[in-house]
Amino acid sequence: MTLPITSVTQDPENLTLTIVADFPVPQERLWQAWADPRQLERFWGPPFAPATFTHHDFTVGGRAEYFLTGPNGEKWSGSWRFTAVNPIDSFEAYDGEDNAEDEFGPASMTFTFETTPTGSRLTGVIRFATMEALERTAPGMTEGLRAGMPQLDAILAGPAVSTEE
Amino acid sequence: MVVGRDESEESLNQLFRALADGTRRDILARSITETPSVSGLAARYEMSFAAVQKHVAVLERAGLIRKQAHGREQLVSTDRARLQRAGELLDAYESLWRQRVAQLDDVLSPKGR
Repeated sequence: MTLPITSVTQDPENLTLTIVADFPVPQERLWQAWADPRQLERFWGPPFAPATFTHHDFTVGGRAEYFLTGPNGEKWSGSWRFTAVNPIDSFEAYDGEDNAEDEFGPASMTFTFETTPTGSRLTGVIRFATMEALERTAPGMTEGLRAGMPQLDAILAGPAVSTEE
Repeated sequence: MVVGRDESEESLNQLFRALADGTRRDILARSITETPSVSGLAARYEMSFAAVQKHVAVLERAGLIRKQAHGREQLVSTDRARLQRAGELLDAYESLWRQRVAQLDDVLSPKGR
């Protein structure tokens, strides 16, 4: 199986992660997966913590709300506030935690969708506003990754992330 | 610490002034290996909290350290430590995204692979 990931670029100076992935489906189909909360929740959460979207108002100013359910019943909630929605080409959102009505969420996300000769391409740029935002959203996630997916350790490029308190 | 060739004389002066003091060198050394709080640092030296704060400010202006709010505390760290930590956290996010994209691929492929 060919993995759809084309590249992942980290920029620690600007706390930014850029993901490029190619899929063998039309751009319209790729967009649909993000527009339909039932499809979105099948890939947003990691396998050990599936996502449930309780709200998905995919319009400018609209919000999406979701929670992840961990292996021991822990819940992590999150929300997006859409700042741009251009079907089927792009959308932008602030990613907040605990459904807080943050004016500026801890992370901004921009996703663009393009048609390619082999299907479609997704480019995601995730930018954390501050180091604190990156720290704050990381613990539950990194612990979860460790508990549920030891095989991912091999993928971790850098030194182990310390989450011990 | 790498100083660029185009570093202005003023910022070099600031840098050397910052490093000319023993307490400040000690604060810098601690900030490389740990992320002390300003109040934690103040407890280590025989001087007032305000005096320690002043030293921290001099180091910060010279670009040697940075302060970040953590609850009610001000934590001090070096840029190097910050960048390293950012790299570690971004690694974790990268893993999450690789997983997420693989799952999205599953959603998009009819009847699984």
